[in-house]
Amino acid sequence: MEVDSVFYTDHSGRVHNNPLLDQLPSYQSLLYRRKSSTSGTKRRSSSRGRSGSSGSGKWGVSTVSRREEKQKSQTVQRPVRELATTMAEKRRHITQRLEEARELSSLRQLRQSTRRHLRRLRDDVYEWLSWLKLWRGDIHLIEGMFGTGILSYFSFLRFLVMLNLIIFVLMFSFVMLPLIIAPHVSGNITYTQKVGSVCSEYSGTARRGLVNFHEHITDLLSGGGFLERTYLFYGYYKVDKIHFPKTTYNLPLAYLLVTIAYLFLSLIWIVKRSATGFKRNLIQDEDRFQSFCNKIFAGWDFCITNENAVRLKRSSLLYELRTDLEEERIKQKIADRTRKERCRIYLIRLILNLFVIGVLAACFYSIYAATIFSQKVQMDNIKENFIVDLIYEYLPSIVITLANFITPLLFSVIINYEDYSPAFEIRFTLMRCVFMRLTSIGVLLFSLWSQITKCDDGPCVCGYNNKLYSCWETRVGQEMYKLTIFDFIIIVAVTIFVEFPRKLIVNYCDCGLAKWWGQQEFAIPQNVLEIVYGQTICWIGTFYSPMLPAICTMKYFFIFYIKKVSLINNCRPATRPFRASSSNFFFLAVLLIGLALACVPVTFSMAQINSSHACGPFINYNTSWEVLPTTVSELPGGIQKLLLALSSEAFAVSFFVVTCLAMFYVIALAGAHKRVINQLREQLAMEGRDKRFLIQKLCQAQRLSAIKSPVSKSRPRRSSPSYHTSFSNNFNEAVFLAHSPPASSTHV
Amino acid sequence: MGTTASQLGKDLLSEYQELTFLTKQEILLAHKRFTELLTKDEKDLPNTRVPAERILTLPELKSNPFRKRICHVFSTSEQKDGSLTFEDFLDLLSAFSDSATLEIKSHYAFRIFDFDDDGTLDCGDLEKLVNCLTGETDETRLTTEEMRQLINNILEESDIDKDGTVNLSEFQHVISRSPDFVSSFKIVL
Repeated sequence: MEVDSVFYTDHSGRVHNNPLLDQLPSYQSLLYRRKSSTSGTKRRSSSRGRSGSSGSGKWGVSTVSRREEKQKSQTVQRPVRELATTMAEKRRHITQRLEEARELSSLRQLRQSTRRHLRRLRDDVYEWLSWLKLWRGDIHLIEGMFGTGILSYFSFLRFLVMLNLIIFVLMFSFVMLPLIIAPHVSGNITYTQKVGSVCSEYSGTARRGLVNFHEHITDLLSGGGFLERTYLFYGYYKVDKIHFPKTTYNLPLAYLLVTIAYLFLSLIWIVKRSATGFKRNLIQDEDRFQSFCNKIFAGWDFCITNENAVRLKRSSLLYELRTDLEEERIKQKIADRTRKERCRIYLIRLILNLFVIGVLAACFYSIYAATIFSQKVQMDNIKENFIVDLIYEYLPSIVITLANFITPLLFSVIINYEDYSPAFEIRFTLMRCVFMRLTSIGVLLFSLWSQITKCDDGPCVCGYNNKLYSCWETRVGQEMYKLTIFDFIIIVAVTIFVEFPRKLIVNYCDCGLAKWWGQQEFAIPQNVLEIVYGQTICWIGTFYSPMLPAICTMKYFFIFYIKKVSLINNCRPATRPFRASSSNFFFLAVLLIGLALACVPVTFSMAQINSSHACGPFINYNTSWEVLPTTVSELPGGIQKLLLALSSEAFAVSFFVVTCLAMFYVIALAGAHKRVINQLREQLAMEGRDKRFLIQKLCQAQRLSAIKSPVSKSRPRRSSPSYHTSFSNNFNEAVFLAHSPPASSTHV
Repeated sequence: MGTTASQLGKDLLSEYQELTFLTKQEILLAHKRFTELLTKDEKDLPNTRVPAERILTLPELKSNPFRKRICHVFSTSEQKDGSLTFEDFLDLLSAFSDSATLEIKSHYAFRIFDFDDDGTLDCGDLEKLVNCLTGETDETRLTTEEMRQLINNILEESDIDKDGTVNLSEFQHVISRSPDFVSSFKIVL
């Protein structure tokens, strides 16, 4: 069988060579070159730099004259390493290009050489930047053992570490740094105070007198006591302005603006990171998201080195393929459902969804009750003993964690009865879990606020309950701090006290329990939800506790190592594969939901709830937001007018209208492109059929002419002897579609 | 034009940097790993050709189901036995590196998947490919019915001109829409 020829099946299904198809320009341009050490052979020069029409895989056709090639290669010079050839060939191209370059004008030479130098410089910079990347070696190891699905979780974790670090640097440099350096640069700090009002009494929980050692531990874990009046919490920043020698630094304004800035920065960074995944989703909405081609052609992770992981990857691929094929059959089954069956299914789904809502409502109510109970106990200052005190402090966190542990199990049981397709089942369960996790924080905050703004006798004098919460922002900050610490403790505790014993039991004990429980699987969705939950708390809590991002950075830093150790020692890869592409998009989508959810409480408390009068930078203002309009009114007239114009209704409405127009235009453009793509696709299919039809006709004509003139049978063919003699001997020149194939053309 | 002894010359190093997608560190690491595969006498010869069996002992290739195809595709030997020189090895790493373009990767992926080397992926190639992915033993293969359904689905998605095979441009077209390809087609030493 000739290696490069195209096979053509006729009606009887027989396969034979078709030299006509081999000569088509489109086929010749697709043929790749053989790597051969016989450099003397005249090759098809498929790589003399790309011509301008660089489609996918179309190289310069051999039949184009040399002069045209030279012209083309001068206009577009791709870097040599982008040619898919051997090293020896690439060297030849470089020498050839240098020869050609010598014939060019000196200006062009200079341009080319500068381009080359710039490219080299850019490569060096990238190399140096990638060397700085955190945890490169660890991630490479994980990739080799478990593949790209789990790798995406760890690179997501690394992204969160960087994000939190940047947020902390922002907060530190604009809020804490001026305070710290003020004494050293002879700055004068004016503190805020509201004299005479009953609201401005600050009764903190600072301890006096002899303090027991375990009370220090309680303080450390709950953020009270000695930690309360430190940089850690909002209440410490009781500064109005800092007067430096040359300027005046408005700290309340800086505090507010930094809050808005970090939320905005997180949004931009996440959107930028998810842009590529999102674009692909948009293109692919016509195909199935997990197409078969993607699974087969891009399904194997070439970076896996571990023998065990290879075996598991193979079985997971097999499982995935079988599931997808089954899903196709199920889709067919769903389409075939009768009306009665459909009604029954919908009724079941309705009942189960109501049940789910009931469960969620029960969980939310228990969180609410726990929060109120915990707040009451802390206010009444009932001290029973160390452990019970801690439990009361952490009661909301404990209830949230329990709820988030039970509900996913419940959801995964319920979804079995709802009869969805497997892919949709996974996604729907995940959505429910996400909703549960993130809303529980919202419920906690809501219950806190209902306590803060509820006074015993009628509407509150200061806008908040100043008897119980003289500094309510610090209190909220403490709750967020407790949530963060507890989250970290739970992750560590689960790893040490559940996963390691499980591994020991499964490995060394042969009882039925071990077999039923099985080895720990690294469940990516649940782990991702955990860290997104922690990040949402961080976003909400940074306004009330400026050092929380630093704590979260360290928390995620340690979680990386804990998870890595646990993964390598305890876990095996999931049998249900989680694709890297969809997982990146999923992680960032959930993170965006968390961000959106985090913005709501922060903006609400900034704009609606009166800032406390006893502590913090916003004592002189009614709400935290008020510092902005006050500052704007102090600006010079021109800028003030501009800013007022920007925030007026007229500007907002016209901006909205322009944005809507732009959106409609882009949507229409996308629709038009999709139609064109479909048309082109149909055209391509039709062209293919045309081609085969014409070749069939030609072959028939050849056969007829061969029958009519049998003389030419004895003439030897000058082209390669690999063609089938029945065809090649009967050709006359007129039949060739292109030019005669050069000697040794198809086997290079 | 080859490597002698155990050190790469500076200009040779920068030449390799220009001809491949590898960084300096990666080229030096590749050189180190390659020379570890050589026997003592072979180390002094320039342009040694290492037989495929020794290349396949590298941990990055040892467990890869496509290892023989990879060696075959990147080999420049006349006997087509899959042996690699150092430059072939660099070509291999360059095509599989992080910064290689999608076109290079898809080109070489096509050649690796083309088991019978005929320039197109027909049903036989696709079936061998799927069996490589799922495993070689009987219980890890798909049934004939499932295989037929799968190959039909693949051809439906990728065969644009409906000739029953996937040629290079169709393959590159379907790869360009595949989001997982770039991250999975990667070997880093």
